[in-house]
Parts: sequence; C-alpha cells; structure tokens
Amino acid sequence: MKFIKTLSATTMLALVATSGAALADDHMASDMTLVSWGGAYQASQIAAYAEPYTAMNEGVTITWDESSAEAVAKLRAMNEAKNVTWDLVDVVAADALRLCDEGLAMEIDPNEDLAAAPDGTSAEDDFGDLLVSECFIPQIVYSTTVGYRSDMVPAGAAAPTDICALFDTKTYPGMRSLEKRPINNMEWALLCDGVAKEDVYDVLGTPEGQEQALAKLGTIKDSVIWWSAGADTPQLLADGEVFMGSTYNGRLFSAIVEQGQPISMLWDAQVFDLDGWIIPAGLPEDRLARVKDFVKFATDTQRLADQSKYISYGPARASSAPLVGKHASLGIDMAPHMPTDPENSKNTFLYNYEFWADYRDDIDAKFQAWLAQ
Amino acid sequence: MSSVIVNVKRPDLLTFTMPFVAVFGAMFGFITGNIFGAPSIGLIGGAIVGAVLAGILARMTKINRRVKIWGIAIIFGLAGAVFGGLGGFFGGLLVGVSMGWFATWVGTGKYRAGVPTYYTPGQVLWHNTFLFICAFVFFFLIAPLIPVVWLSFNAENFFTFTPEMLSFKAEGYSLKHYRDFLGTDEWMVPLKNSLIIAPIATIISVSLGTLAAIGLSQSHVPGRQTMMAILISPMIVPLIISATGMFFFYAPLGNWLEVTLGLNQSFVGYVKVILAHAVLGIPFVIITVTATLVGFDKSLTRAAANMGANPVTTFFRVQMPLILPGVISGGLFAFITSFDEVVVVLFVGSARQQTLPWQMYTGLREQISPTILAAATILVAVSILLLLTVELLRRRSERLRGMSPT
Repeated sequence: MKFIKTLSATTMLALVATSGAALADDHMASDMTLVSWGGAYQASQIAAYAEPYTAMNEGVTITWDESSAEAVAKLRAMNEAKNVTWDLVDVVAADALRLCDEGLAMEIDPNEDLAAAPDGTSAEDDFGDLLVSECFIPQIVYSTTVGYRSDMVPAGAAAPTDICALFDTKTYPGMRSLEKRPINNMEWALLCDGVAKEDVYDVLGTPEGQEQALAKLGTIKDSVIWWSAGADTPQLLADGEVFMGSTYNGRLFSAIVEQGQPISMLWDAQVFDLDGWIIPAGLPEDRLARVKDFVKFATDTQRLADQSKYISYGPARASSAPLVGKHASLGIDMAPHMPTDPENSKNTFLYNYEFWADYRDDIDAKFQAWLAQ
Repeated sequence: MSSVIVNVKRPDLLTFTMPFVAVFGAMFGFITGNIFGAPSIGLIGGAIVGAVLAGILARMTKINRRVKIWGIAIIFGLAGAVFGGLGGFFGGLLVGVSMGWFATWVGTGKYRAGVPTYYTPGQVLWHNTFLFICAFVFFFLIAPLIPVVWLSFNAENFFTFTPEMLSFKAEGYSLKHYRDFLGTDEWMVPLKNSLIIAPIATIISVSLGTLAAIGLSQSHVPGRQTMMAILISPMIVPLIISATGMFFFYAPLGNWLEVTLGLNQSFVGYVKVILAHAVLGIPFVIITVTATLVGFDKSLTRAAANMGANPVTTFFRVQMPLILPGVISGGLFAFITSFDEVVVVLFVGSARQQTLPWQMYTGLREQISPTILAAATILVAVSILLLLTVELLRRRSERLRGMSPT
C-alpha cells in the first residue's frame, strides 16, 4: 500500500513538473514530433538539422516517428479523431500533393516561411521548379535506380551499363528485385521495348501502351522478387539472392560505400523524385510557431548542403549545390555519388507527377491484376 | 534396461539395417548436397555412406556403442573440416553423431527396447515414427530461433550468414549490434517506454483482474457467465479491431484530458497506452486467478470470519497468500502481453510512447538491421526467464495444494 502511495505521489510530482516546464516557455511549444523514414536518411536529418537546432534552442526536445510510409493514412485518421500529434512530416512529393488536395497539409508562403539564399536570392527562386505544391517544402532530390552484384556478372559479359540489362536475362541470368508498383517499372519496360524516351508517357497513356509495358515486364516476371520497403533490395543484393534490383540511390550508396558490399550502380534511366516536409493543417498556435521556426532553420542553404555529408541525396536548393563537400566520417567526395552529378545524370527521368496523378489508380489496378495472374 | 537389450536379437543386416541407415544417410546427403548445389549426388552419396557405415559397424560387435558414435562423429567432423574449415567441422560432427547414433540404434536392435516384446513390426515402426514426429515438432518450434540468435552476432549490417560466420572465424562475429542496442537513444528510449508502460499496465490489470476473478467466483453473483465473457473478450476479438476501436475511444478522452484539464500531452499519451494495455492484460489475470480459486478452500474464509477478521483482513492475510501463485503468473502474462504488443500501441500511442516492439516493427520495415536481432535475442532471453518463473511458481502451488486439506 505504501508503495502505491509513493508511486502515485511521484507521478503527480512528475506531472506538475512537466506541465510547469511547458508553461514556462513563452509562445513556442518546447517539444516537436517529426515524422520521417528511419534508417540512414533519418540519421542524416538528425545530424544536419535536429542536433544543431536543439544545440541553439536549449530545452527543445525532438521526438522522431518513423511513419512516413503510412503518413497519408495516419494523418487522415488523426484528423478524423481531431488529435494530430505530429508537427512536421517528411513525405515524397506525390504524397504531399495528395495531402495538400485533401486539406490535411498547411499551405506555405515560400518567401515568408523559408530563408532566402545567402546571396539574397529569394527562397522561391532558389527552390525553383521543385516547389511542386503549395504545401510542399522540398529537401532533397533522390533517384530510384538500379544496383547489381559486380561479382556475379557472368564471365565473358561486360558489366551492365544500360537499363535494358534488367530485361536481358540471357546475358545476365539471375533474379531481379523491382518495386511492387507500376511507377518506374512501366517506364523502363517501354524504354527497353523500343519506345523513344520522349514518347514514353504518350504511349503509357493508352491502353495498348500499358499492355505493351506489362507484356515486356512479363518476359522477366518469373525472375522478379517484388519489394515494398527500400531496405529490401540492399538486403537481397547483399545475400546474393538477386543479381540486380531497383531501389533508392542513397540505400545503394550506403550498401556499397559504408558497408563495403560488392555492388555497383547502374545510373542509366534513373528516375528523379523529391522528398520534403509538410506541416499538418490545424496545429495549435504554440506548436505552429515552433515548427515554423524549425523549418526556416532546417531548410536554409547551409543545412541542406550539410545533409549531403551523411547521405548521397542532392540538396533541393540551387544555392546549396556548390557547398556539397565530403562524407562526414569516410572523408570521400560526395559530389560523384549524387544522382545529380553530370557523370551520373546522362540519361534521366523526372517523376511525372501530372501523368501519375491522372493515371495512377487505373494503371495500379491493371498492374496488381497482372501481378496476381 | 541393459539386460533387455542383450536379449534382443540383432536385426538382419542386409534386409533391415543397411536400407534404413541408407535412407537416413540419404537425408543428410541431400541437405549437404544442396549446400554445394548438387542435391542428387548428395542423395546417392549419403545413401552409400549410410549403407557402408551400417555394414562396418555390424562387424565391430566388441566396441562400446558410445565409443563408436564418437569415433564416427570425429571422422565426419574431420571430413567436414577438409571442405568447410571450422564450420564444416562442426557440421560434420553434428551429422556424424546423428548417423552414428542412428546406425547403432537400428543395428543393435535397440529400437525395440522401449516397446513391449509382443508388438508386431508394424506397431514398432509406428511407435518409433511417432517419437520421430514428436522430435521434429520440437525441432520446428525451436529451430527458427537459432538463426536469429546466431545472426545477432553478425559483423555485417545485413541478415546474411557471411562465409566468415559459417567457418567460425572471429572476424565474422561482433557484439556491435548489442552495442547499437544498448548504446543509442533509438533503442534505449523505446526500452525505457516499454519498462514504464508494461509494469504499470500489469499492476492495473492484476488489481482489477484479481478482484473480478474473486467476485465472479462467488456463486450468488447474477449474470456471471455474461460478465466473464465480456471481460475475456479482448483476448478473443482480433487485435486490429480492438486497436481501431481504442483509437477512436481514447482520442476524445485524450483531447479532454489535455484541453480541459490542461495535462501534459506526453503524460496523456502514456495514460492512454497504459489503460489500453491494462485492458488487454486483464483476461489473462482473470483466467489464471479463477483457476487457482477452484482449489481454494472456502471454509478458510469462514474460519477467519469466525475468529473476528473483517473481509479486507481475510483477503490480505488468508486468501491472497494462497492464490498468490495464480496472481503472479497472471501478472507475468499481462506483463508479456504489454511488453510484446505492437498493434494497439501503433494506434493509441504517439511517437513519444514508442515501445520496443514498435521500434522493432518500423526497424524491420525501413532498415533491415541486425540490431533488431540483438533486441529479439534479449527479449527471448527475458521471456524464457519469465516463463521459467511461471513454471516454478506453478510447481510450488501444486506442491502447496497437495499438502493443503481439501
């Protein structure tokens, strides 16, 4: 009995103490919950943004939630229950567009909410075309590209340099891992079925074009393992279960350079995409003030350049590019590992938001039906 | 037993022992062949090795069985070492012990030792097949844990048995995943959260569950069956449905606590998760305590009342000590339920209440890192310790009940 009394007394004390601390701050909340993807990517955000920020603002605590993969569904549920516990959410641009359309994300004014470049260029011009939605605050440019086991290239065959090696199971036998969704796979299939790059989306917009892409994918269907998490392909490559597979370029960088796996990159026909922050709509005033303060700091020119010390994703600001330096612990030059490096970006795609916004549901259904056959 | 074996006739070598040992050898040969990419060669080779082994052992009647088995094990181990280094040695040792044991077990007629002499060959075959099936069931229950524990000592950041690991070289192993687990906030904060949430939820479920079980064991309570069914329902309803319901139930409750009472957001989050986990734990406590109460002698409470004790004193001084084993094992189940629970906490909790299973779940999906295996190994060890405690308590209660007058 005495134990329970002591316990309840200490809980009450702790309660009073914590609520007291929250009240002591003026008009900004003292803690924030940030949502991200986990892994090396989140680690780079912690090192480049969160740690410097908490060092500058003592008493601010940041909690990380690794829920970006289901951010749309969770934000909907939170909104329904009127209990939004997130303050800032890291999502891919396509999800940001959806959240913005549904009114779950807050619209921002780039020139007011984001810092200008050191030379005075306004944030709007500095981010340029990458501001794809009114709610989206871009951080990085990443690409979905292909990695292969350099030690499993058959004797006598040259190392693959062309995206069509994916479909060439004669020269390069072995399993492949591809993402379990039509995006990227359909484009690559058409490109390797003789469709010119500039016509890919025109062809893919027609039912015949979709059939053509699926038929091309059908030629390797038996040797494909379908992945749904970014960590799958590096694991499958490290195991030697697949010869080649698609994933995010940062994951491959980590497997090759940091883990020393015998994997090489195939940059051909890599697909660029954007990742960035959104602020959930309807935050209370004190939390919103804190988040805006953080976002302004975390997306300035230097911070975005700093992030590329930890992971091989390109900063979204034009003014950050010249500041990209060396890897924080390995000391290698990061520029050649960036998807945007001229050597790597000879042949690239940009994720076609408009096309996929219009055709996603339709093609998704066809793709899933085809998978189940 | 040994006198029985002497009397057992040795089975015929050519028609019985050799075929059986050959089949057994073929099985190992097939597995070994698969590793080297030649299953059919392994199958045939294994069968030949098995038959030859049976033939040789049948000639050596003078040598002790244990000496034979170890001799074979060491020969196989050395053969394995030639192909696969230290790893091959251990693999060969394992195969050698199994083969030697099986060959002598069949060859000396020991397989008949455990069955009555009047059994027909069919009955003997079934008896032994049954034992093998039991052994396989145990094997398949336990075996999946072995790679988890083994891989948690991997020196690489992937779920891969590296060649260094398979040949037992020191550089293939490291404790770095345990250091990652014990040394980073990423894992220590969830562990701390689990250690806050699970004990408090356990205390709540044990108090409420015990009271409910005692109340429901009184014969005069109306609607006992219905109440019992409702209280047990969290165990029966699929977790995802309870979790969705709890999310929408606790969200307005949390909002009210935060807005109207002005409580700290993170504190309210803990309250929600703890209450949700307490609900999940209560059925386990009710079931175990009800089971203990069956053996509880009601006349003891009447005797206590006769001596002038009030019901509260009777409960704490007489009833509680006797049903304590049931209460504790119920509490342990409630604790494990909360400690292992991932679905409800994902719905009800926010990132600040991230528990260990939550962190393992997201970690497994976003970054396949062996740190999860280190965490799993530690959890398995903790679970084994807890279940051992439950088992020891159960035995103690059986002993006590055997002595108590009923």
